[in-house]
Amino acid sequence: MSTAQTISKSAVAIDKARAEGRAALIAYLPAGYPSVEDSIAAGIAAARNGADLIEIGIPYSDPVMDGQVIQAATTEALAKGFSVNQVFDVLRGITSQTDAAVLVMTYWNPVVRMGVDEFSRRLSEAGGAGLITPDLIPDEAAEWMEASDKYGLDRVFLVAPSSTAERMQRTVDASRGFVYAVSIMGVTGARSSVSTAAKDVVAAAHNAGAERVCVGLGVSNADQVREIAAYAEGVIVGTALVKTLGDGGVDAVATLTKDLSTGLSREKA
Amino acid sequence: MAEAPSGNADNNAAEAFLQGGSLKHAPGPYFGNYGGRWMPESLIAALDELEETFNKAKDDPEFRAQIADLNKNYSGRPSLLTEAKRFSQHAGGVRVFLKREDLNHTGSHKINNVLGQALLAKRMGKTRVIAETGAGQHGVASATAAALMGLECVVYMGAEDCRRQALNVARMELLGATVIPVTSGSQTLKDAINDALRDWVANVDNTHYLLGTAAGAHPFPAMVRYFHEVIGEEARAQILEQEGRLPDAVCACIGGGSNAIGIFHGFLDDPSVKIYGFEAGGDGVETGRHAATITLGKPGVLHGARSYLMQDDDGQTIESHSISAGLDYPGVGPEHSYLADIGRVSYEPITDSEAMEAFRLLCRTEGIIPAIESSHALAGAIKVGQRLAADDAEAARDKIVIVNLSGRGDKDVATAAEWFDLLDKGSAESEIGKEGEQL
Repeated sequence: MSTAQTISKSAVAIDKARAEGRAALIAYLPAGYPSVEDSIAAGIAAARNGADLIEIGIPYSDPVMDGQVIQAATTEALAKGFSVNQVFDVLRGITSQTDAAVLVMTYWNPVVRMGVDEFSRRLSEAGGAGLITPDLIPDEAAEWMEASDKYGLDRVFLVAPSSTAERMQRTVDASRGFVYAVSIMGVTGARSSVSTAAKDVVAAAHNAGAERVCVGLGVSNADQVREIAAYAEGVIVGTALVKTLGDGGVDAVATLTKDLSTGLSREKA
Repeated sequence: MAEAPSGNADNNAAEAFLQGGSLKHAPGPYFGNYGGRWMPESLIAALDELEETFNKAKDDPEFRAQIADLNKNYSGRPSLLTEAKRFSQHAGGVRVFLKREDLNHTGSHKINNVLGQALLAKRMGKTRVIAETGAGQHGVASATAAALMGLECVVYMGAEDCRRQALNVARMELLGATVIPVTSGSQTLKDAINDALRDWVANVDNTHYLLGTAAGAHPFPAMVRYFHEVIGEEARAQILEQEGRLPDAVCACIGGGSNAIGIFHGFLDDPSVKIYGFEAGGDGVETGRHAATITLGKPGVLHGARSYLMQDDDGQTIESHSISAGLDYPGVGPEHSYLADIGRVSYEPITDSEAMEAFRLLCRTEGIIPAIESSHALAGAIKVGQRLAADDAEAARDKIVIVNLSGRGDKDVATAAEWFDLLDKGSAESEIGKEGEQL
């Protein structure tokens, strides 16, 4: 059994990028889309073409933080019969072939249903780094805090432009691996520009003591990656990759990831 | 606390109640192991603002006076408590009294909550309200309150429901609201809530989410209950005045559970009063096509609260089924889950058929057309009455059962006409009558 002293896989991946003078790239892909096999292949392709961390989403019936592209993809995965057990197959498929840290992004009810401890045990066994929890705040996370310590998993909570200083502190303190800074008040989806609020959220998280802050929501191209890489430890891209996977398959994911990764360098903004 | 192991807290609360403790005015965020805030961080600040505004308002005499004035001079409160003497003969001979929320402005209890929340929206300086609706009842009520108070109103409604309920869409638009058809997920009420939450995240600075039932994240369950407590307070005072004693039983229908928690609240601390909540049994709970969340669901988190939930082994929400659009929701308010666990309230399913028989019976014995939602409570009252009569037929004649008649059935005429085969084949009404069209 792992303990709280276990090294954070996400932190190691982000620190490795930092040592190379760049921000880390985090690629989001839904498990089971367009098939379980292809979601594994897409994760491997992303990891081999510049993604330092992979975020695997569990398709869920009520994804309130997701915009239309990701909703459509996860709805399709569910319609094809995706079951939560398969997320562990996807994790194994990617972690056995790459060095990327692989996290799971999940709404909370599927974890509750399986049992928080059981889910955490299986996540750990499958080589997962931890969980990103869009609808779980630290206030409700007592059971997850305990299980994540027990199995040495990262717990990535979200902070938002609306977070008060008090909540920012609480969330930063509860997080391990990195803190997920929501760039705008809204749901996932590509946007033409990154909100100026993102920089402020990252600064607030740093002030609260966060060593690693990654920015997500609305990031879709290398220019936006470059903008964020100047002030955050990592950049999260989701919708653009999901759309690309749907349109052009695994090869297109490889191409886009490679292009996104050109924006990571901090040497010239 | 999050998910404390079930059992201990509930037993303690149940014991405390038995020893004379109070179940009234539970403030949240937790009701035993239920409730809480299972929400994106982006919305927590708005929930905090709402909680603070609500807590200040309910202690503010000016706010209370505003609510009292609107209840009296706009909604038409107090609603009557009517004895249903001919209907009672079919309920084992017990005396059935109807709490007439159907007589409120807009035709149901929903007005109590929307007026209260719209006032809070104004206090917070918000200029826009959003709401979800299934068949359109809460959407119409929200549009009504928004028109009265000069707020912009946007209503999310499943695309299929928009088609089936074209006239309720027109009602909302007449009242100045914008109706947005929801095409995501299963395109039903739960998806309308999802889209309303997505809108709220993006527009929280100027927008209040006017949630329609006593569910969702704290402070919604306790706040929505507060605005409906007037139902139980009136009913308790009225029965004491009319009959000089408390009822033996109180019955209400349960979807999310707002009308029920409103009337139950008045009687929670009266141990002699048995309390019954009737869920939508749809085609029958054994068929899987139902909305009997407490009867067959398992605890989970959805739309911000931990509560009983219709879900599969993966924790995916299961679609509910009921002839009554207002009960067709796979979740339930967290306070009901708590009251079920501690045994203070008994929750039972009523099938579509049982509800429709009670619907017809009330029409023909009392000259009152009830909402199909409320007909579930009527069908339940018949069962309660018949059980009392089976125990002791003589004593049953002195028993008093209050039913919350939460809404009127004008909206359900096409559904009922279809159900009872009253329409000419091929008529326009026959075409649109299926599954809850409201004329």
